[in-house]
Amino acid sequence: MKRALRLTAVGWVFHVKGLTMSGFFVVTTTFLPLVLATTASYMARAGQRQGTLLYVSLGAGVMGIWSSTLFGSGGAIQWQRWQGTLELIVAAPARFVLVILPLTLATATVGIYSLASTLIWGWLVFGVPFHLVHPFLFVLAVPAAVLGLGLLGLVLASTFVLYRYANALSNMLEFPVLFVTGLLVPVALLPGWAQPVSWVLAPTWGMNAIRQAALGGSPLDDLAMTLLLGACYLVLGSVLLENFARLARDRATLALT
Amino acid sequence: MAVVEAEGLARTYRTSTGVFRRRTLEVEAVRGVTFEIAEGELFGLLGPNGAGKTTTIKMLITLLLPTSGTARVLGYDVARQPREVRRRIGYAFGGDRGLYERLSALDNLRYFAELYGVEPREQRRRIDFVLDLVGLAGRERERVEGYSRGMRQRLHIARGLLHDPPVVFLDEPTIGVDPVGARDLRATIASLVEAGKTVLLTTHYMFEADALCDRIAVIAQGRIVAEGTPADLKRTVADLTVVEIEAFGASEHVIQRLRGVEGVASVAVEEQEQAQLIRVQAASGLELTQPLLRELDGARVGRVAVREPTLEDAYVALVTVE
Repeated sequence: MKRALRLTAVGWVFHVKGLTMSGFFVVTTTFLPLVLATTASYMARAGQRQGTLLYVSLGAGVMGIWSSTLFGSGGAIQWQRWQGTLELIVAAPARFVLVILPLTLATATVGIYSLASTLIWGWLVFGVPFHLVHPFLFVLAVPAAVLGLGLLGLVLASTFVLYRYANALSNMLEFPVLFVTGLLVPVALLPGWAQPVSWVLAPTWGMNAIRQAALGGSPLDDLAMTLLLGACYLVLGSVLLENFARLARDRATLALT
Repeated sequence: MAVVEAEGLARTYRTSTGVFRRRTLEVEAVRGVTFEIAEGELFGLLGPNGAGKTTTIKMLITLLLPTSGTARVLGYDVARQPREVRRRIGYAFGGDRGLYERLSALDNLRYFAELYGVEPREQRRRIDFVLDLVGLAGRERERVEGYSRGMRQRLHIARGLLHDPPVVFLDEPTIGVDPVGARDLRATIASLVEAGKTVLLTTHYMFEADALCDRIAVIAQGRIVAEGTPADLKRTVADLTVVEIEAFGASEHVIQRLRGVEGVASVAVEEQEQAQLIRVQAASGLELTQPLLRELDGARVGRVAVREPTLEDAYVALVTVE
């Protein structure tokens, strides 16, 4: 257990450092949500909804974390395949889930840049006050949401290990999840069939927890659901990764050649 | 005791072509190879590009599942006990890829030390040791993207040795490295055997195998076509003579005609910038220069030389057998 935690921590630091060194990744993560936040802010103003600017700003920030996780989990594994390191990490004796988990957690962590940049942008350009009703719970909710997103990334990453061109899937998933999880519009406004889908996605609950901590309310239930779903993703991701890694050895999809 | 055992090891790749009418193609990369490597031995697997060397090594290091046959490393089955195998082996692939470019060599080594379960209090000592062994001490804090190919190659080897594995697989470690860098790498490889490690080296440089290997297996078109010590392989061509012909514009049809000349054992063509270097191996004692030149009618001929065969000729003869 101690070894597993140490490997996760060392791998997380290693990948956060590697991703932060990538100018492209950081610029994309920092600036894309600003476009989304700006659009969403004008939509909110046009709709003359009072008190929604911080709500929208936080949503846009978490959208950035989701984009970073999705792009990072898929892109990073595809990148590792391209640079020839995927074979090296698969062939390491460590459990495969402990090799990939730090990577997906790192991509979600780097997404925090999105949240920070969006809040600063909202404050500077739109005068969105950054007043937190429960600052302590907000500090708990953000890492919990990042953890939930990172663990969802782990499930996605398992498919990226098996399929060489799975980043096409990641591009396809970005916007449906933004809508279904209520990052842009409240889940209550979605059609009935979409709501059960939102319940099994950790970003829905992570987003709720962050908003409740910032705008007032009780985020603890949402926090617990985020962590519970995260634990389910960890088990599912672990099983899928072990099986997909074996299939990838059978189908020879770990390398490009 | 055999440290590495391969028995009838085979691997077929399946690929699909076509958009609407999908067709599955099967390529037999390795067709049932059998060999053993003894403890402390440096065993060379030689063959041209596409012969099946890398596929064989990838099966042995658990990155590919064999289609048929079995392989064991230190008694552990590579298909069924991959984790046991991985703990006990190190490997390095040739080429630029396989490193985290944006990070330093030290970051790369620390990460892999953790992945390979090197004890935290041992990590610094092991990293210093392997850096020193491969001659990268003092350069470890530089980003890998600034490294030369030779330095990257040495870093690959350092990574493969972090957990002090008893068995090391090196896949074309000197490919693309300049002569001085390649010589240094060969010295490093030799030092591994002196340190008691068992090494499987793949290369297509005959002189490299000759200089380093205790035994060599030559692989061509997925099959082992010869196995023995470098001296054994040299003896296979002792009764041959080599005629080297520099030609311009010799067609495949002309090359086929050369193969049909009586006494010719093999014909290999090396494409050079403008010319083709045709190497004809023939039974010694025969005067073949004139018959060969007659068959080259239509192609322009430059230099022609007759010489004694070398170890490389033995290799060429083995891998060009029809």
